[in-house]
Amino acid sequence: MNGLSDGFREAFRLVVTLDPALVEIAGLSLFVSLSAVAAASLIGLPLGALISVRSFPGRGVIVVLLNAFMGLPPVVVGLVVYLMLSRSGPFGVLGLLFTPTAMIIAQTILILPIIASLTRQSISDLWDHYRELLQSLDATPAQITATLLWDARRSLLTAVLAGFGRAIAEVGAVMIVGGNIEHATRVLTTAIALETSKGNLALALGLGLVLLILALVVNAATHALASRTMGRR
Amino acid sequence: MTGITRRGVLVATVGLATPAVATERLRMAVTTTFENSGLAGHLLPKLEAATGIVVQPIVVGTGQAHTLARQGDIDLLVTHAPQQEAALAASGAVVDHRPLMVNDFILVGPRDDPAGVAGLTDVSTSLRAIADSRAPFVSRGDRSGTHVRERALWHDAGIDPDTLSGWYREAGAGMGAALNMAAGLGAYVLTDRGTWLAFRNRGPLTVLVVGDPPVDNPYAIMIVNPDRHPHVPIAAARRAVDWLTGPKGQAAIGTFAIDGAPAFYPVLDSEDPS
Amino acid sequence: MRILPLSLTKVLVEREGDRLVGPLEMTVGAGGISVVMGPNGSGKSTLLKVCHGLVTPTSGTVAWAGDQAANARRHQAIVFQKPAVLRRSVRENVAYPLKLRGVPRAERLEKADQLIARARLNALADRDATVLSGGEQQKLAIVRAWITEPEVLFLDEPTASLDPGATRDIEALIGSIDAAGTKIVMTSHDLGQIKRLATDVLFLLDGLIKERGTVEQIFDSPQSETLAAFLRGDIVG
Repeated sequence: MNGLSDGFREAFRLVVTLDPALVEIAGLSLFVSLSAVAAASLIGLPLGALISVRSFPGRGVIVVLLNAFMGLPPVVVGLVVYLMLSRSGPFGVLGLLFTPTAMIIAQTILILPIIASLTRQSISDLWDHYRELLQSLDATPAQITATLLWDARRSLLTAVLAGFGRAIAEVGAVMIVGGNIEHATRVLTTAIALETSKGNLALALGLGLVLLILALVVNAATHALASRTMGRR
Repeated sequence: MTGITRRGVLVATVGLATPAVATERLRMAVTTTFENSGLAGHLLPKLEAATGIVVQPIVVGTGQAHTLARQGDIDLLVTHAPQQEAALAASGAVVDHRPLMVNDFILVGPRDDPAGVAGLTDVSTSLRAIADSRAPFVSRGDRSGTHVRERALWHDAGIDPDTLSGWYREAGAGMGAALNMAAGLGAYVLTDRGTWLAFRNRGPLTVLVVGDPPVDNPYAIMIVNPDRHPHVPIAAARRAVDWLTGPKGQAAIGTFAIDGAPAFYPVLDSEDPS
Repeated sequence: MRILPLSLTKVLVEREGDRLVGPLEMTVGAGGISVVMGPNGSGKSTLLKVCHGLVTPTSGTVAWAGDQAANARRHQAIVFQKPAVLRRSVRENVAYPLKLRGVPRAERLEKADQLIARARLNALADRDATVLSGGEQQKLAIVRAWITEPEVLFLDEPTASLDPGATRDIEALIGSIDAAGTKIVMTSHDLGQIKRLATDVLFLLDGLIKERGTVEQIFDSPQSETLAAFLRGDIVG
């Protein structure tokens, strides 16, 4: 009980004093995870729509794989990306290991299946509903995709936020490919792991609460923005 | 929010542009103690001030540090597993393998000390007493330098740790996690002095056995072989190692203390003229 | 005259070995309202989709005449029995077909507003279309189909399961589309509605056109006992 209240007090202190180290770490957390969400959405939304609308050989396999990969352990993603970006790996010459870019790549891979899979589910339902109309209007594949993505925007927002939640909260992948380097690749989750291993449980818990607040703020801001620009329902 | 994002972009750009920027930047894999004890924060700024070289510590286990060295993903490494280091050096993966510093392993456990080991000066004897009392004991269980050393101490006590179970728990985790576990269980655990001194969640744990002579825990520093990995900035790496193992670096290690207690001992005799 | 008349020659539609429509011959010329009449399951919806090109016949040909026959679909539109409304405002729904054709936003919204007024949906123009009643959605779908100024408009059971008020509104709307010169081909099994609207009646049974004629010919002097039975309200087919 005492440990928990210490954690809350620590979180309060960190936020109220705008601790510079915290601002840097939280900023990098946001930057990495939002970049990963942007990249994964850019690929995952059209991919999910494509799988719903077009039938092609291997589609069933892709659907099953995407669903299965929704539960990818972050550590495994981190390991795979590490092996890719390692100096001895295929992309080693780029020198990306232990940089924020590597962390963004790992989180993108981690959440792409979530965003693509959830997109596919909502777009499939909508496509069943719209199919005859859009065919009779001779809509092109690009027009069909755009229409479905726009009209499914509310459920897609949920998909994107689910991806963000997983990205900002994971520690396994960014620890391996980022290295938790102070002032360079340390994010909230790796800082929490570090403070826990030092036995600074109150600080670790405080950072965890900051992470929670950050996730809440991003979700609330997105919903507020969405209801302003997309109209109420 | 845009301010933070822009800062993030800056960080990312620096990360990408590492090889091109003027300050020399080295990545050094270190074991947990080096960072968690606070030594990294004490030592590396001094190194930067003296040489202009920024060393970024990446905290990993000994096994992972050696893998990173073989793959060429780091420039330097500090570990404390003499046999594995010798094998690594023999394989040609690293060069300039030099001793850096020493601390010692100590046995910590619950204050009520059910095995009655407090005050003993031989760790192996103490382990035998713990085994006899079947009091809970946490092992790292992660093939780290500390784990390897702990197993050797069990063998010295005439006990094969592979036969132990129940009260003997393999955490499969780093030193900090193992200490957290021992604090939660009220268990005995073998730890290096540096991590213990900096550890803040001690709970019922206290130092029970300090070896006399001490159970040495030697740390060594190595450079990843630039012939195999040409991107390693060998000149800067040599300057960093020279400083750390030279009089100034060694003095800095010697003056590092946690709560007034020295955590590491330099290997270079301060009276040594070199 | 750009794509009419439409000619179906020896058209047969089968699905998994079952005959749905045909073999039949049919010609549809310009002007008026042609109503395909028949009991449920007689193949009315399939016939409309064959005409519109959404269902390809197993055999036979569907041919449009005129100088625009090559892209005939551009000059026709269809409203399905349960029309889908897009998850957008009523105005955006009605303007949507023009959006697909690249008509500038201001122009297409202005045109949509005119048609929304014709359908008496003005008060709902900014509403989310998915919350509209069945009758309102049907009106929306009809003016949405009409906005591209098709030469032929296919309507599949436009008033099925609607209340009398909505049915009256929709029949008025169909009347004004007819008056504007668009050829209407629709299906219905509401005999009163057929008498009120049709200029040309096709009696479809078991996928075949059994009789065709004006309202007077069909209702006053049916040539077959089956049609007479259908008009009496007996169960046929």
